[in-house]
Amino acid sequence: MVIGRIARMGVVALGNALLLAWSVGAHAEFALNMPRGVTSISHQVYDLHMLIFWICVAIGVVVFGVMFWSIYHHRKSLGAVPAQFHESTMVEVVWTVVPMLILIGMAVPATKTLISMYDSRDADLTVKVTGYQWRWQYDYINEDVGFLSVLSTPSAQIHNVAAKDENYLLEVDNPLVVPVGKKVRILTTAADVIHSWWVPELGWKKDAIPGFINESWTLIEKPGIYRGQCAELCGKDHGYMPIVVKAVPEAEFKQWLAQMKAKNKPSPQTARNDSNTPTIPGGQTL
Amino acid sequence: MSTASHALDHEHDHGPPSGLSRWLLTTNHKDIGTLYLLFSLLMFFIGGTMALIIRAELFEPGLQIVNPQFFNQMTTMHALVMIFGAVMPAFVGLANWLIPMMIGAPDMALPRMNNWSFWIMPFAFTLLLSTLFMPGGGPAGGWTLYPPLVLQTGTAFPFVILAVHMMGASSIMGAINIIATILNLRAPGMTLMKMPLFVWTWLITAYLLIAVMPVLAGTVTMLLTDKFFGTSFFNAAGGGDPVMFQHIFWFFGHPEVYIMILPAFGVISMIIPTFARKPLFGYASMVYATASIAFLSFIVWAHHMFTVGMPLAGELFFMYATMLIAVPTGVKVFNWISTMWRGSMTFETPMLFAIAFVILFTIGGFSGLMLAIAPADFQYQDTYFVVAHFHYVLVPGAVFSIIAAAYYWLPKWTGHMYDEKLGQWHFWLSVIGVNVLFFPQHFLGLAGMPRRIPDYALQFTEFNMISTVGAFVFGLSQLLFAYNVIKTIRGGAKATDQVWEGAKGLEWTLSSPPPYHTFTTAPEVK
Repeated sequence: MVIGRIARMGVVALGNALLLAWSVGAHAEFALNMPRGVTSISHQVYDLHMLIFWICVAIGVVVFGVMFWSIYHHRKSLGAVPAQFHESTMVEVVWTVVPMLILIGMAVPATKTLISMYDSRDADLTVKVTGYQWRWQYDYINEDVGFLSVLSTPSAQIHNVAAKDENYLLEVDNPLVVPVGKKVRILTTAADVIHSWWVPELGWKKDAIPGFINESWTLIEKPGIYRGQCAELCGKDHGYMPIVVKAVPEAEFKQWLAQMKAKNKPSPQTARNDSNTPTIPGGQTL
Repeated sequence: MSTASHALDHEHDHGPPSGLSRWLLTTNHKDIGTLYLLFSLLMFFIGGTMALIIRAELFEPGLQIVNPQFFNQMTTMHALVMIFGAVMPAFVGLANWLIPMMIGAPDMALPRMNNWSFWIMPFAFTLLLSTLFMPGGGPAGGWTLYPPLVLQTGTAFPFVILAVHMMGASSIMGAINIIATILNLRAPGMTLMKMPLFVWTWLITAYLLIAVMPVLAGTVTMLLTDKFFGTSFFNAAGGGDPVMFQHIFWFFGHPEVYIMILPAFGVISMIIPTFARKPLFGYASMVYATASIAFLSFIVWAHHMFTVGMPLAGELFFMYATMLIAVPTGVKVFNWISTMWRGSMTFETPMLFAIAFVILFTIGGFSGLMLAIAPADFQYQDTYFVVAHFHYVLVPGAVFSIIAAAYYWLPKWTGHMYDEKLGQWHFWLSVIGVNVLFFPQHFLGLAGMPRRIPDYALQFTEFNMISTVGAFVFGLSQLLFAYNVIKTIRGGAKATDQVWEGAKGLEWTLSSPPPYHTFTTAPEVK
């Protein structure tokens, strides 16, 4: 039958497209999935994500399996005669109760993870993150260290005049430096419009809102450079305010902090700059 | 025709006046339904063109076609046009055409208001679209109009607010009309629990509209006074609260999502039984499930704002409430599949779109369930994963149901069969295009690509390219739909009154096309 043939052609084409998508993905060695991240929180979030994903896949296989079996066997062209049943209280109760139980099974680990994400007690270090159009300011609370962090990708690359680097749009002049193995409390706020501070490898994002100070925390286990971006639309250069976090061993962090303090000595007002008057002029404007 | 039979049955038989005044002055539910549907089709192409500009810019990293400010105007306008201009009016158009025919009424209860609620729309959208040409361009802060960003909009700002007010007024009047019609004009014997499911879902949707459109009107007015009259509702420096806007907006916004999907559930619940030649499974539970979804829609709004920093108890409440929605939604999907089970199915174009709806909407439901899990949402929020999710429920969800409805009832409306072969081509190109377009966006979001950015890091290139190819396949194949619709309006094989072998319901007892005034004598419903 024509329709059947078209249907089969369509399924094959869709399959090929998905296969192509998959192979392209594998080839270019970039993620199809959420990164597992480098903190205990990000691991929990990843596991939760995978758990719910596989539950959905399992439900999908059963539900769509039944549906396709029916589409294949209960066709008029195969001489199927329609049944006339249209009700069954028992079945309806079952498919209301079973999903409820599955949902409870999901809610338990989700609640646990959420509670641990909200526990920001006993932090070793506090960093205040302030969002501006279109740059981030990092202030190390009680350390007299603060600086702006601005996109460092040259505008020639954005306008396709120069070749793009590996970290195109994900590189900044001054990364946020934090020690590994220490609980770092991160306070997010903003000075103009709402931004959102997000590094996928840390496992969460938090909005930076004028007039609010939001609290989160992270404990990075592995030294490295982790990149993210502003995640809340904040105007024309929203796509151009990346975040780079450099996690270093504690000794190296102390050294870096001392250097920063020394650098800031001559002009103390720079370190404690008023949040409305950033000292380094201008983010990159396109 | 209008004068010949004056003495006998002036009320029953006169046809429409001719020319422009027929459309401008019409109070006929069929004419107004047609106007709504054609208006929505036009907006679908305008909003679609904006989407293609977005996808073209995102084909590769770097800035090629538009600047970031214009890009933001396109994402904002695309959403406003598609939501308020394409999807909502399409469903109101279907309601206008079908509700009187389905419940055995002569017309809508409030015909003059019906005319008004339609004719506000072209003015509202002319105003909205004209802001693109104003100094500073159109709104660029996203369709959610979050302050403080939206207050940076240029000259366009008050015009956008006024346009939103006009759309809201139109929707509220449409909703009042639908409720008045359903509650008052049902034929004798048409009890509430005998109404076709499309009528039921629209009745519930209309209540949602009346409940939330005034909330939207209120909150955009607060934006207006913040901008021009020195109030500080949302201005932290003046003692206000920018997050309060989000709470109010999403108190409107979440029911709004169901306003766009409940009538789609109704359409699918009409089409599947017809082509399975078997009564809808679990009619009563479908009605209760729709009502439960509508109720839950009022207590889940803050799941759009998991990352604003709510207290733990708030996060938990909104997470649990959101997860609950999966239950009645699941009931619906199971009922559709049970309707197909042991039926005698054929696969004409409306049925193909309906089946694709069930599968692809369910995929959107799965990603919705994932998004409901607050700690995981801290990763998903504001990424392409969210974009993929809501496009799965709105495009192969709401839009596919509208297309299915158009193919299903077009022979009834026009008296002509559409071109089935062309319909099949349209279906397969759409269903392949839409998946190539949106499926890779799940991967992009999980890998870390934020939404609403005009340019992106290099690791996102391949999937963006695939997505853009899908967008053009999907977008261009909709031209086949427009062509098929126009062709059917102009002529084609004569449709029978019943049109489809398995079709049941009052609208199929009327001639194809139906008389200008539907049921001048109320039919008897047993």
